[in-house]
Amino acid sequence: MKKKLFFLVLVCSTLILPSCKTVKSFQKSRINDAEMSLSSRKIEKYESNFLLYREGASGGNGGRTGGGCGCN
Amino acid sequence: MKKIVITVAALMLFMNITKAQTDSTKYRKLKVDEVNFLTSYYHQNGNNSAVTGGIGSEKIDESGNSIDLQLSKFDKRNNKHIFGIELGVDVYSSASSDKIDPSTISSASSGDVRVSPSVNYLFENTKKNYTLGGGLSFSGEFDYTSIGGNILFSKSTQDKNTEFSAKASVFLDTWKVLLPVELRPNSPNLKYNQGDSAPRNSYNLSLGLAQVINQRLQMSLLTDIGYQKGLLGTAYQRVYFGDNGNNAYSEKLPDNRFKLPIGMRANYFLGDKFILRGFYRYYTDSWKLTAHTAELEIPYKITPFISIAPFYRYYRQSGIEYFKPYKEHMLADNESYYTSDFDLSKFTSNLFGVNFRVTSANGIFGIKQLNTLEMRYSYYDRSTKLTAHSISLALKFK
Repeated sequence: MKKKLFFLVLVCSTLILPSCKTVKSFQKSRINDAEMSLSSRKIEKYESNFLLYREGASGGNGGRTGGGCGCN
Repeated sequence: MKKIVITVAALMLFMNITKAQTDSTKYRKLKVDEVNFLTSYYHQNGNNSAVTGGIGSEKIDESGNSIDLQLSKFDKRNNKHIFGIELGVDVYSSASSDKIDPSTISSASSGDVRVSPSVNYLFENTKKNYTLGGGLSFSGEFDYTSIGGNILFSKSTQDKNTEFSAKASVFLDTWKVLLPVELRPNSPNLKYNQGDSAPRNSYNLSLGLAQVINQRLQMSLLTDIGYQKGLLGTAYQRVYFGDNGNNAYSEKLPDNRFKLPIGMRANYFLGDKFILRGFYRYYTDSWKLTAHTAELEIPYKITPFISIAPFYRYYRQSGIEYFKPYKEHMLADNESYYTSDFDLSKFTSNLFGVNFRVTSANGIFGIKQLNTLEMRYSYYDRSTKLTAHSISLALKFK
């Protein structure tokens, strides 16, 4: 398990880091587009909640991680 | 010479005035940045209710509504202070909860209201590019209360292309134990009896790294290390054993759970009209449940301010070792833990739908303050025959 995670992180780092370029503020018109946001979005709040309750896995998506029973 | 001195003096005076004006614009009193309304309707149906031991209706209808207010101010050092207040009110009815005590026409838990207020505060140091913050939350319904707290820290590089974030959160939850009616008032083999208070505490540490790769691509890596302790089973969910007739038992699960999800998100701006939003997550926990989630959403910009985005999400989980369907557990096996909750079984699920978004700085539908209108519909289909529909509407006022 630990080996798998280590491998995953290693692969991601290897792919991402060498291809990074310094992007200046004035070059971020696309990056700053609202649809490009990496954080969780308000419109998905209730959808994320029901997925959290209907499925065994949770977290890792910037959304809710706990609280509430989800028992219905 | 005199003219030069006067000119320089005038210029310096002008620069000082300009600077003073600039300084005064940095300082800003508390003002409302935005108000968000979110309303949602959710409907599900299935035939594996855990309340009745893995058989029976799973029908649920839920209406969720929330309003949040974001205020901010800049202090004299140009640091930003953000205050958030949110109130959520959800109303639901559940066919299976009505079977906790089927002798009643409609039990107290067949329908309920969940109220969840929260507050948060963020401090942004705009010169050193870091953010500190914290929040408090509460959630209350008929048999369950949750009190939450969190602190967070994030730091970005000077060019704002890399950001590291960390968030620690705690949820101190309390159950008012409800047992299936046939196990009341007291059952000698249970840790908690009808009406007892039982804790369920969750501790999470979220770590995130976001990176702008180039002018069109940004990615993030996120993990939520989680630990839960307390009553993690649901006392009113029944388990029927194959070698014990129709005698029900209360679901029994370990009193702790360690969770480790790792998620990766990548957003790519393709051409001038399309955006590819991709997400993958691997999950594992101490109950030996492993899961993979893959998601792709493709917003298409009809105009710079209007977009439509179809999306698809695939999910697969292995199921926990304590799960067996109706009457497949055997007393003879002498199991320590048992459940017939299909949410913890082995299954795959598909979620697909569409997201529609309109945004305008000048207002929408003639309402000047209405900055963004967003609608989202999704259909959920699980291999255990559970299906669900969800529709949400979000309005942002600025």
